[in-house]
Order: sequence, then structure tokens, then C-alpha cells
Amino acid sequence: MQDPASQVDHPIPNKSVLITALHRILPSSAVLSDAEDLRPYECDGLSAYRELPLAVCLPETVEQVRAVLRVCHDMSVPVVARGAGTGLSGGALPLANGVVLSLAKFMRILEVDPVNRIARVQPGVRNLAISQAAAPYGLYYAPDPSSQIACTIGGNVAENSGGVHCLKYGLTVHNVLGLKVLTMDGELLEIGGAALDGPGYDLLALMTGSEGLLGVIVEVTVKLLPKPERAQVVLAAFDDVVKAGEAVGSIIGAGIIPGGLEMMDNLAIRAAEDFIHAGYPVDAAAILLCEVDGANEEVSDQILKVREILKQAGATEVRTARDEAERLKFWAGRKAAFPAVGRISPDYYCMDGTIPRKRLSEVLSRIAELSKEYGLPVANVFHAGDGNLHPLILYDANKPGELERTEEFGGKILDLCVAVGGTITGEHGVGMEKIGQMCHQFASAELAQFHAVKHAFDPQALLNPGKAVPTLHRCAEFGAMHVHGGKLSFPEMERF
Amino acid sequence: MTPDIDISAALQAKVLEAIAQGRPLQIAGGGSKIFYGRAPQGEALSVTGHRGVISYEPTELVITARAGTRLADVEALLASHNQMLPFEPPHFTANATLGGAIATGLSGPCRPYTGSVRDFVLGVKVLTGKGEILSFGGQVMKNVAGFDVSRFMAGSLGTLGILLEVSLKVLPRPESEQTLLFECSALDAIQRMNAWAGQPLPLSGAVFDGGRLYLRLSGSEAALSAARQTLGGELFPDGTAFWRDVRDHTYTFFQDDAPLWRLSAPAATPPFDLPGEWLLDWGGAQRWLKTSCAAATIREITAKAGGHATLFRGGDRQGAVFHPLPPALMALHRRLKAAFDPHGILNPARMYPDV
Repeated sequence: MQDPASQVDHPIPNKSVLITALHRILPSSAVLSDAEDLRPYECDGLSAYRELPLAVCLPETVEQVRAVLRVCHDMSVPVVARGAGTGLSGGALPLANGVVLSLAKFMRILEVDPVNRIARVQPGVRNLAISQAAAPYGLYYAPDPSSQIACTIGGNVAENSGGVHCLKYGLTVHNVLGLKVLTMDGELLEIGGAALDGPGYDLLALMTGSEGLLGVIVEVTVKLLPKPERAQVVLAAFDDVVKAGEAVGSIIGAGIIPGGLEMMDNLAIRAAEDFIHAGYPVDAAAILLCEVDGANEEVSDQILKVREILKQAGATEVRTARDEAERLKFWAGRKAAFPAVGRISPDYYCMDGTIPRKRLSEVLSRIAELSKEYGLPVANVFHAGDGNLHPLILYDANKPGELERTEEFGGKILDLCVAVGGTITGEHGVGMEKIGQMCHQFASAELAQFHAVKHAFDPQALLNPGKAVPTLHRCAEFGAMHVHGGKLSFPEMERF
Repeated sequence: MTPDIDISAALQAKVLEAIAQGRPLQIAGGGSKIFYGRAPQGEALSVTGHRGVISYEPTELVITARAGTRLADVEALLASHNQMLPFEPPHFTANATLGGAIATGLSGPCRPYTGSVRDFVLGVKVLTGKGEILSFGGQVMKNVAGFDVSRFMAGSLGTLGILLEVSLKVLPRPESEQTLLFECSALDAIQRMNAWAGQPLPLSGAVFDGGRLYLRLSGSEAALSAARQTLGGELFPDGTAFWRDVRDHTYTFFQDDAPLWRLSAPAATPPFDLPGEWLLDWGGAQRWLKTSCAAATIREITAKAGGHATLFRGGDRQGAVFHPLPPALMALHRRLKAAFDPHGILNPARMYPDV
């Protein structure tokens, strides 16, 4: 556990003065400050990291958000914005000297415009609710993180969330057209809108994935897509993970961009099958789920091609879902892979590196070696199409020292991803969790540039300070463990 | 293809010299889009010598090339592996470079259906106005480590840094393409283009040139013939040339010296009440207007519809070429410019007078 407060040099404010000021601008039910009321906000989806804030604010109008920001700005109190709290990297972890700004009450879908194919929504609207509101028009919102029944669009924008359909339909950044953002000093910025682009710099690109460091999102305009006429999924079993990885390259090499292309290894298959009974082959070393979507005729065409490629790649079994119910069943197993692993282990730690796909076999064999070395099992779930790995390290937090060993193991996996030309986070964000690994992925000049960008938006560094981008001081300390450019982890590996 | 050369050290030396002497630089690629933006200022710094494809992995769908590489060379290499740049960048001349395509952020007719330039940027190496060579993003599809500076570079017109290398996501070329033709009015065209875009059809282009609506379909033969059943229309035989001409502004509509405006607005916006000649692209989301109408009028009417207007070509290149920003956004632009180019030496005033 890293100490967030150690990164932030803002003074500890006078709590009672702050609470009084907040009560002056918000209804009393919208300010929480007693320990038992703050407890539910002590962590996000990364529950290993916990902290109580000074207060939680639950505004319900843009004016109230602005007022909260102004109070905090004037008192130099850090602000952590929070959606549904489903994030997996500690991005919404409170700061002990800060305020949590919950956007949970911003739950209104302001407009669905089926002709222009956009939806304008408040930040606390759940991801899935957008697709449900668009469904009567045959439209949907494409990014579908596994937490889509709970996670909010504001959080999705802050994290640039992905899902299982990114290779074809992109991440959040590809599906957002406009934002309304409040800066820390209370300025309302309108960025983009219902047109396909806006004038000036591409601030949408900068805001998306900025993890609450640049501004507070108070409205989002998303792009809606027509639902594909048909989707069909093929399940292929392999007796070797490497063969499964090569099959992925062959599918893409053949000019097919699947709507979804997912891989699971044996431990993940068995956990998911035990939980969901999706009909997965439990003896397989790996399975691939390959979904193609589009026009009816095109799907039929591509399914035949995909089946042929999978057989040639050495699949021991190739199964096309017989009907829509079976297709959903195949996906249910994959989408429930994390909780399924949660059933077979007291705790699990989810990693999120991305690698060039061609390096998959060496990365998986290194992870297997590390797993032996640390005595901690790993289940691998993989967005195979776009190279995004989710190794789940199984551990028991009640065993002394096991969380620390798990974090160290996880750190080595991320270093490995960087070493093969990949990244420490594909879709979960840096947050508090991977702040140390950022020093490994970026040199100090790039980190300084990130801080310069942050300074342009938030000169007092009051928005989610200490997250996402490490201070150079922190990296210098971290350097005792990871030497940049000199002695590296995995010195024997080929690097970019 | 010309030989690969890495001149980043020489470019860095030039930037450091310019900083020391307080001398502005205009970043020069192939010059194919020199007409775009506000009038260039400063000493020309040619980046065309910095060229060559650094890596290309067809099965990874990623290409990395130096910014001075000719766009045509990049596309020819991709085509030899049956792949393409999915944003269909314009080549206003044969000299257009990859760096210029990213820096101007211009996308072709397929943009509403496949995505824009920045959607396909995965990583950049950039020489900032501080004289530092920095790398952002990478060569993988999903990467959320740090602010997305690489996509932010797209369309920034060289005002933040000199692009040295760019990594892009590429896609397979469609198996087949067809263009359908419909005779209709502008209002009818806008309605049809938007109704079709809301259905699962393999669209990849929709243009109305004043009298005729051109619809491009891309996909498998089977998908195209099924779509034609739904859509009707007449098969247009010269589709390839038509879409290239619209993309590169060699289409007859663009052969004119009148000021050319680009209006970006919500796609289904009804025809604007502005005098001049129109060509509607991007299914109605990008509208070209040849007019001598006053800038303020054009901007007021476009903004009312939720859009913005750019004086794309011709007219007063010293004035407000891009849609003016509200004060808070303009101030943020200045601060961001200063964060990357604190001495104001890179393409000064190319976008806005003080950016």
C-alpha cells in the first residue's frame, strides 16, 4: 500500500471550517463527514487501497459542483471526482486531506437524438443505460466494459474504458463527441458537441483518460452506432496457448476484424465453466472466442473463413454457437471470468498490461515462471485482438505478506509488458496502483511534460493529485528499485 | 521509395538554435497543405528529409514511420499487404507527407464510418518547442498510461511540436467497393444519408454535390449485394475516381478561386440558409461552401446549429481562419501552447493569432 498523502504537499485543511463552508452551498444531506458515512467511499474497485476523505459531497446541479470546486479551490483542498467507484486502479481512492466529489446524482439522460445518432447524458448515467435508451431506435453505445451494468459514463471518459469490442469499435475516446467540463477554478468548458469535430486543439483526446486530473466532467455527448444486423460467435479449443495466440494473428492477417476476439487459459476456463456452465472445454489449454458481426451475408461468409483458419491453426475443437442463447452463454462465461476466479481464491489481483500480440507466447511463459517463483497461481484472460492482457493473480490477503508479494509479482508483469514494447495499462488506468510503474514506462522528460499539461488545466494541482502521473521525486525514490536505462528487469529480453 | 534517413538530431539542433536566437520556425513537410491555416511565419524548417518506415507488422495492424515519409509511399506499402490508412487522408499534391496528414488532422470521405486521423494515432515521437524529443503512446491498440498526448498532436498544426515519428493503427482493405447514385434535393439527401447511417449498412462515404447523392459501400460482395437490395439507386461506374477527387479536392466543385469554407455540424442539420455553392460530405457532417459571404454571418449560422466554420482555402489568411473560441477555452489553448512551446517558436499564429 502506497501512502497517497505522502505525494501531495497541500496543507491539511481545517476540517470544521471546510465542512461549514460546504454546508453553506449544499443541502445538508449532500455533505457527508462522519466516519461511518465516509466508509462506503474509502475505496473504489481496487479495495486493497483504502483511505477516508475529509468529506464526501453529493451535488446534483452543475452550479453546486462549481460551488464545491470554488470552496475547495479557495481553501486549497484536493478534490477526487467519483462515479460508481468501479475503477480498478485506485483512481477514485480518496485523499486523507481531500474531498470526494460524487457525481452519482447526475443520472439523467438529457437527449437521445436518433437522427444525428448521439446521446447527451449526465456523467452519472450508467454505461448500459445509454444503450438501453438507444435500443428502441436500433442504436447502441459501443464501449462495453465488463462492469457496464454499474459503471458510469463519466468514469468511462475519465479512464478511457474499453471492453471486449475495442478492436473493431474502439475505446471510449473513439465514441465520445462532446464534453462539458468544470475546471478547478469553476470555469465551464464546452469541448466538442454533436458535430464530428470542434475548432482548436483536440481537448477531447486529452480529457479522455485523464483520470480526473484535468477537470470535472458534468456532461457527455456520445456517438451511437446502429446495432449490427447479426452477430455470431465461434469457440475454438487449443491444446497449447501459443497455437491459440498464433490463430489470432492468422484471423487478422486474413483481413477479418472480429467484433470480439478473446482468449482464456486453462485456469480461467475451469473457473468460468464451474461458475457459469457455458459449455467450455475444461481440458483445453486455451480457448478463443471469435465473434464476427455485420450484415447477415457477411457474417455467414466470415464465420466459414474463421472456422477454416482456426482448424488450420491447430484447434482441437471448433464450435459455432447454435443460436442466440448459446452465443450469449459463450460470452457470459467470459464476462464472468473475474468473479469466477473470485470464487476459487480468497482474493485476486487483476493486471491490465498491453503487449504487441506477437510477443504473447514469451510473455505468457514468463508469467508462468514468475507464478512458480512467487508460489501464486495466475489465471489469464486476454483481449486477444488488441493485445490487452488481464492476468489475475490468486492470493489470500489474510496470509501475512501475501498482498505485498502479489503486488511485487504484478509489478514484474507490468515491467515485462513495457520490456516487450507494450504498456502498463490498456484500459484500467494508472490511478494510485501503477504510479510506480509509470516511472518505468516514461522518462522524466515525458513525465515533466505530463505535469506541464496538468498545470495548464489545474495550476494548483488540486484535482486528484498524486494519481496517474508520478512526481519526479517519487520516481527518484522508485528508481532505487527500478533503474531506468541502466539496470533493467528482464535484461535478457529483446526490447524495442 | 527514397532511402530512409533519420535527421532528428539535426532538427533538434535547429530548434535549439531557434530557441537561443528567439527565431520562429515554420515546419515544412511536402507543402501540399501550405494554404491551410493562418499564413505561415518564420524560417522554413524542412522535415521531408526525416523519412522511412521504421516498422510495419501487418498482423499487428500497426505501422510506424518517420513524419517526412510521403503519404503515397506509406499507402503503397500498406496496399501491398492489402491494408490501408482507415481515415483516407487527402493528398492535395503527390508530396503530401505522413507528418502533414497528422498535423492537419484532415480525414477523407470515410471519416464518419471508420474514424478520423486521431482515432488511428497510437503513438508519436515529437520534438517540442523546448527542444526535447519525447515519446507518447506506443505501438499497441490499447494504452491509457499518461495523458493521451499523441492523439492531442493530431490537428495541432505543428504549434505544439515537430512530429518525428508516428505509429498508426491500420485496417484491411475492404473486399469490394461500390458507389450508388441517387437524384434528389439537398434536404432529401441529408435525410436519406442520416436515415441510412442509422441502419446496419456497409457505408463508407456519402456525398451530395448539389444535384446527385453518391453513396459508397465497402465490404464483402455478399454484404454489398444485400445492401443494394435495400438501398436501390443506380450503380455508378467511376466510383474510385470520384471518391479520390472528393478527397483530394480535384473534383470539379473545388476547381474555383472563390473562398472555400468548411462547415462541421451535426450531420442531420437541414441545409444552411447561406448563399453560395455547396458540396455535402461525411453524410452531412462536413459541408463545403464556396461563397463570398461575410465570415461573421457564416460563423453565426453554423454555431447556432452546433457547428463551427473554417476558412479552408483562399480569402484572408491573416484573419480568423478557424472558428473563434470562447475566452476560457482560448486561454486554455494559450496555456497548452506554452506547456509545449514556451518560446512560441513553432508555427506561431498558424492556428490562432497567439497560438
